[in-house]
Amino acid sequence: MARMNVNPTRMVLTGLKKRLRTARRGHKLLKDKRDELMKRFLEVVRENKTLREEAEEKLQLVHSRFVMARAEMNTELLEEALMFPKQKVELSASTKNIMSVDVPVLEFHTESDDAGDIYPYGFANTSSELDVAIATLSELTPTLLKLAELEKSAQLMADEIEKTRRRVNALEYVLIPNLEETIKYIVMKLDENERGNLTRLMKVKDMMLEQAHHYEYK
Amino acid sequence: MYKIGVIGEKDAVLGFIALGFSVFPVDNSQQAADTLSKLAGDQYAVIYITEQTAAGIEDEINQYRESRFPAIIPIPGIQGSLGIGMQGVKKCVEKAVGADILFRD
Repeated sequence: MARMNVNPTRMVLTGLKKRLRTARRGHKLLKDKRDELMKRFLEVVRENKTLREEAEEKLQLVHSRFVMARAEMNTELLEEALMFPKQKVELSASTKNIMSVDVPVLEFHTESDDAGDIYPYGFANTSSELDVAIATLSELTPTLLKLAELEKSAQLMADEIEKTRRRVNALEYVLIPNLEETIKYIVMKLDENERGNLTRLMKVKDMMLEQAHHYEYK
Repeated sequence: MYKIGVIGEKDAVLGFIALGFSVFPVDNSQQAADTLSKLAGDQYAVIYITEQTAAGIEDEINQYRESRFPAIIPIPGIQGSLGIGMQGVKKCVEKAVGADILFRD
């Protein structure tokens, strides 16, 4: 690992040690965040998968009914029947915070609760296949909205997990080893200076003793 | 108050009118892309888009991946599922986990 380009002084050493402590702490926190996010993500994505399977299957059914309805009725009549919806969906969206990821929460309520109110047409001129298609679709609405909520959450969480993982790895494999290496370098440099100084002092002492008493330390 | 939009071929999306969703039938990718950007700027929290239509405008859809709203959700069209929706879920897992752990068969 490359060591940083710093002056080997005590002050820099103190600063680096502080940075290393912060980096270690940050690393631990981010690692915990990543693990918890992953746990939540897996829960969300599993549900997402089952919900999508269900929704796709049901939609398939709706489409096949719809095709039948189109075959039995002429196009203008069908479009006319559906032209003015009776039902209105009110959607309120808020956000929920999962491990610092803002995920959407969708709540909806329909204007009328009566299940029979979903048909915007009279039954006289329309095919019964259309009724079934509309009824199934209406049942599917909560599933579809839940699916939208979960799928978006899963996407956002996946992005966040990727980001967090990068940060964890950058700290673990780049920043922390770099700091450790640099600290080691400074400590060794300071120790070496200390030893050099000590030797110099001993040598000076020898020389002074020799001058004063003509001792011979050899 | 947010709205729900549906984009796709006419046959596949007509039924959603009855539910009170805003439906936008489109014929080609260009139209779909224009509609999508129009809806995204408006108060649409969820936009369902049929897979057949979504297949042509993947880049435009990916633009909105990072933002919270709108959530753009592919749904199977009249010709049946193309697997694009599932592919999206799978990609998500691969991105987060690094390997596909849900769809191992």
